[in-house]
Amino acid sequence: MKTTRLFVVAMLSAASLLGGCANIEPWVKPYERERLADPIMKFSRDSLDAKHREHVRDVREASRGATGVQGGGCGCN
Amino acid sequence: MCAKPRAAQPACKEAAVAATSTSRWLQWSAPLRRTLRSPDSLRRVAALLGGLMAVGTARAVDLPEERAEGMIHVYNGGGITASGPALLVRKNVADKVSLSAGYYLDAVSNASIDVVTTASPYRERRTEYNVGADYVYRDSMLSLSLSNSKEPDYTASTASLDVSQEVFGGMTTVSMGFTRGSDKVLKHGEPAFADSVTHWQYRFGVTQVLTPKWIASANFEAISDDGFLGSPYRAARVFGAAVQERNPRTRSSRAIKLRAIGDLGNRNAIHAEYRYFCDTWAIKAHTLEGGYSRYFGDLWLADAYVRFYTQKHALFYSDNAQSETLYVSRNRQLSTFNDIGIGAKLSYTWKKVPGKYEIKANGAYELVQYKFKDFTDIRTGSPYSFNANVLQLYVSATF
Repeated sequence: MKTTRLFVVAMLSAASLLGGCANIEPWVKPYERERLADPIMKFSRDSLDAKHREHVRDVREASRGATGVQGGGCGCN
Repeated sequence: MCAKPRAAQPACKEAAVAATSTSRWLQWSAPLRRTLRSPDSLRRVAALLGGLMAVGTARAVDLPEERAEGMIHVYNGGGITASGPALLVRKNVADKVSLSAGYYLDAVSNASIDVVTTASPYRERRTEYNVGADYVYRDSMLSLSLSNSKEPDYTASTASLDVSQEVFGGMTTVSMGFTRGSDKVLKHGEPAFADSVTHWQYRFGVTQVLTPKWIASANFEAISDDGFLGSPYRAARVFGAAVQERNPRTRSSRAIKLRAIGDLGNRNAIHAEYRYFCDTWAIKAHTLEGGYSRYFGDLWLADAYVRFYTQKHALFYSDNAQSETLYVSRNRQLSTFNDIGIGAKLSYTWKKVPGKYEIKANGAYELVQYKFKDFTDIRTGSPYSFNANVLQLYVSATF
């Protein structure tokens, strides 16, 4: 419950802070983002590749989360 | 989803503003007129204009691209071999919803050090199915996904809800999500044993375009578990004698990950990432990864990376406990250890019809070396260590 409350407060704070920044001009213009569109600039290019790698690590290391990859649970310990 | 370089739609707005100023137009038109003298440049300009017109009415956020992936994966190390196929299909419906479905099989042959020193080697299968739907509305994406994983003695189901929103003209993507997992734990040969686990995951992330060449992201995730958090088969050691491990029934963890990826020019890129993890079992872990990617010609893309991981053991972990405690475990996943992984990946564009489809063949390999500080191989009396090989062969198609 404590985690849920903290999460909600964090979300509301982030939303109000970001709302105040609505008029900030993007300093990298859309036409300057050509290089960023290349597949080489993606953090993860293929879903299954990332899913398998995260699964291998989750099963053998104690740390977990914040990977940006969603995985299902298992009893693989 | 991350902050994307959406060039087309905002570029239209930029062009419209520019067109209102005659002097600016004259200034801009000089290089344009020079460019138009070359037939090759003319073709490029026509393609650009065509692209701008085609997406003039597009949404701000694009649906995930339609794709299919098929993979054979193999993990081999420490007496365990886990391999099998995995499939993923993603298809758009009505230009607003993207549906996905996945299948993942782990055929496991287990003769790990735990198994050979306290039980008998075994084989089993884990089958996972997952489905998902992503809905796009203006600058937001709403994602819902469900998964189900089955083993003979363990069933896990999860439901996830994620929301992401692009702000600052597409330079920043803010995302948040929630997953609830529910597991059933059984024990082979002991029908009376049945327990359960519930998981709650809360995540928050920001991806930011920093410069025309750099993107960075920060992700945070809090996970809480409640239920049977050990293995009904694993033994701990107390005064040298084997006893059933006893784990706390609750665990809460926090993880934060920072990533950056940058374009070095000449179709080269580097990336770096760091993750810090801590939990209520007193485990602290650090992960550091760095990698380099580059194209070879138009068809080949190669990646190489190095990953370091280190963790400090759980409060109740003991290689051989010298006192009786409420909780005790000899799960080496909770011990103090580090691992180093060196990996490479090669992608080959097999067939490409621009605007229609693209098929790629991919191969990836990683060598990981695990070194345990306080987990003894009781067969030799030395600290345990092993090497593992992780192999992936897959085909990915976008259409």
